[in-house]
Amino acid sequence: MKIKLIAYGIAKDILNERSLMFSIKESGSIKELKNALVERYPEFEKLVSLKLAVGEDYQEDSYILKEGEEVVVIPPVSGG
Amino acid sequence: MVDILISSDPLSEEKCFDLIKDKAAGGSVVFVGTVRNQTKKKAVLRLEFEAYEPMAVAEIRKIADHIVNKWDAINVAIHHRVGVLEVEEIPVIIAVSTPHRKAAFEACEYAIDTLKETVPIWKKEIFQDGEVWVAAHP
Repeated sequence: MKIKLIAYGIAKDILNERSLMFSIKESGSIKELKNALVERYPEFEKLVSLKLAVGEDYQEDSYILKEGEEVVVIPPVSGG
Repeated sequence: MVDILISSDPLSEEKCFDLIKDKAAGGSVVFVGTVRNQTKKKAVLRLEFEAYEPMAVAEIRKIADHIVNKWDAINVAIHHRVGVLEVEEIPVIIAVSTPHRKAAFEACEYAIDTLKETVPIWKKEIFQDGEVWVAAHP
């Protein structure tokens, strides 16, 4: 199934785009998406952390994704 | 009262103080973050901030609500700038009024420490010879 990735900060540089469609297996979890991202874009592994958000909230690894869902890729934050 | 702002326009510490002052307050603390001219002895030309705005507002609201509950804050204003900022400009203001001063100091420190850990805002340092997303790598 396809999900829509939206990326900020260094994640946007790694994906080379603000948003793109990304394929994962049906009913994949956040954890599985993270693994797929690291496999496809090894630069993600070098980051201090990698979080994913759905519905404007951080989601646990066990969260099950749905077809077409928007997932925001959140590299280490550095506001302030 | 809680006031949250993410803006590409310059921030105002006077405006934040106006927003939080209250007859019941014994103390107000206004923390102002400013862009420093160097990092690890390397000259910084400017910073660029970007935010995932709806979630940044939601995460800042969690911080403000916690401050109201834990320190009995009367008013809280948290303003964050996005876009390009030059040295000495203000990326963040946190203003808290409380019945007693100690709580306002503690609440402000909690707010800036937590903001730097949880709020989806990113800054890039621009140097003469390149640029770096802050805190991205170990």
